[in-house]
Amino acid sequence: MIWNETMECMDREEMRKLQSIRLKRVVEHVYHNSPFYRKKMQEMGLVPEDIQSIDDIVKLPFTVKQDLRDNYPFGLMAVPMSEIVRLHASSGTTGKPIVVGYTRRDLGIWAECVSRVLTAGGITRNDSVQVSYGYGLFTGGLGLHDGVQNIGGTVIPMSSGNTQKQIQLMHDFGAKALACTPSYALYLAETIHNSGIPLEEFQLRAGFFGAEPWTENMRKELQEKMHIKAYDIYGLTEISGPGVGGECECQNGTHLWEDHFFPEIVDPKTLQPVAPGETGELVFTTLTKEGMPMIRYRTRDLTHLIYEKCACGRTAVRMGRIMGRSDDMLIIRGVNVFPSQVESVILELPEFEAHYLIIVDRVNNTDTFQIQVEVRPEYYTDEMNKMLALKKKIASRIQSVIGLQPDIRIVEPRSIERSMGKAKHVIDNRKLV
Amino acid sequence: MLIKQLSIFLENKKGRFTEVAKLLGEAGVNMSAFTVSENSDFGILRLIVSDPDKAIAVLREHLYAVSIAEVICLHCPNRPGALAKAMEIITEAGIFVEYMYAFSEGDVANVIIRPDNLARCAEVLTANKLELLAASDLYKL
Repeated sequence: MIWNETMECMDREEMRKLQSIRLKRVVEHVYHNSPFYRKKMQEMGLVPEDIQSIDDIVKLPFTVKQDLRDNYPFGLMAVPMSEIVRLHASSGTTGKPIVVGYTRRDLGIWAECVSRVLTAGGITRNDSVQVSYGYGLFTGGLGLHDGVQNIGGTVIPMSSGNTQKQIQLMHDFGAKALACTPSYALYLAETIHNSGIPLEEFQLRAGFFGAEPWTENMRKELQEKMHIKAYDIYGLTEISGPGVGGECECQNGTHLWEDHFFPEIVDPKTLQPVAPGETGELVFTTLTKEGMPMIRYRTRDLTHLIYEKCACGRTAVRMGRIMGRSDDMLIIRGVNVFPSQVESVILELPEFEAHYLIIVDRVNNTDTFQIQVEVRPEYYTDEMNKMLALKKKIASRIQSVIGLQPDIRIVEPRSIERSMGKAKHVIDNRKLV
Repeated sequence: MLIKQLSIFLENKKGRFTEVAKLLGEAGVNMSAFTVSENSDFGILRLIVSDPDKAIAVLREHLYAVSIAEVICLHCPNRPGALAKAMEIITEAGIFVEYMYAFSEGDVANVIIRPDNLARCAEVLTANKLELLAASDLYKL
């Protein structure tokens, strides 16, 4: 099923014309209403008239995550705050979150995009969807929530956690679809299995999973364990949230809603566009956003684009699996973690050496997050309680900065490898690609 | 009367204690007593040796985290009720024992005690005619 056939199946030449019109409009908007972008364009000697078609996008400056931090909290808004009807935020490296603002129209477009994903996954107004993404500043919960309401379906706004109740209500309310992170979905699947309630008593037939990378093997496992079709839903807070794209029934690439979000793939080193179909860094320009438009925002996700028409009938470009990151960001249990966040906490605490090692793995379908630290010689003590208190202190500091409880391992002095060049701070043992 | 005890931080990994024992053995340092306090990922090895200064030097040279704690060693008969008597004295004096460990040989027992108030503990025990082993005697054991 297709929610918006006009846009999702538009002839590619027509789509480029539409994108050209919209790009010109958004460039004019930011030039006149965003001091940040006007300055950037002026520095490059650009005026809005230089942008006449979508092909001119390569003239425009890039935007990076640091720009959002530097302009915390509202410096990138391109409308008066009276027009902003909602804020969302995601965690940042220095404890300062990244903030995004939406006008009423922005929220409408976001809901439209989520509606396309839900419809592609077979969900209609007659169905109920259990939203088990976290509600709050995180875009997952409310993003899916608005999308389900937009198609006229029934939202079960569970948020995350309270797994026993999730399963009881999924069963009792007859949820047709589940939306959450793929790792939480696997946990729910196992809990259902252990609950002894026969799978036949559930109505579940689709899952919309995103906010962290996952693999074909995880898809297979989820589909088998829950008797559902598992669809990828892609998004990022900076661009709007979940629903920037999603999979159709073919499960062969994630369709991007390019009438609203124009995707490019660039070489992360040269920042030049790669040949069509080649892998590089995904870059988005929001073509219709009012509140906080993003021009050529570097997602840091490495992937490739597929321009051929999909077997489902959609012409909307597809994104392949995300092959990694062009920066060092880790996604652990759906939470964005930068090693520099961990480092800043360690450097603040005099008891610890500056050397550390983050070890990420996936055990029983849940990400593990271990940090090895060395205590400075003068702080090693004879008393177990004091050593355990040190562990607790650093764990709670890290938890408060990144929102994730680490497993702290105090190791012997100088047992973390000292490197002559760039220190290796992360070992990621998850096999996700 | 106060005895120097070495406390060595060890990760819970195979062969860690072996290496410590080997290093001390090669340095000609004898262990008189030891105990290990552990949790899921690391342990603290508490050790009394014949030559504490030499042991510290050797271990630190090999990058071990070694700290020094002072303890006392109660020397008492190895028979029922002997320890109880000493413990009662300590408790009645309001002294808290952080940890202790013991070893016995024939009809004598040695109990190593780490109280929160070292001086007071030594004082009440000797006042009650209990014998505390001198460091020089213990290191020789």
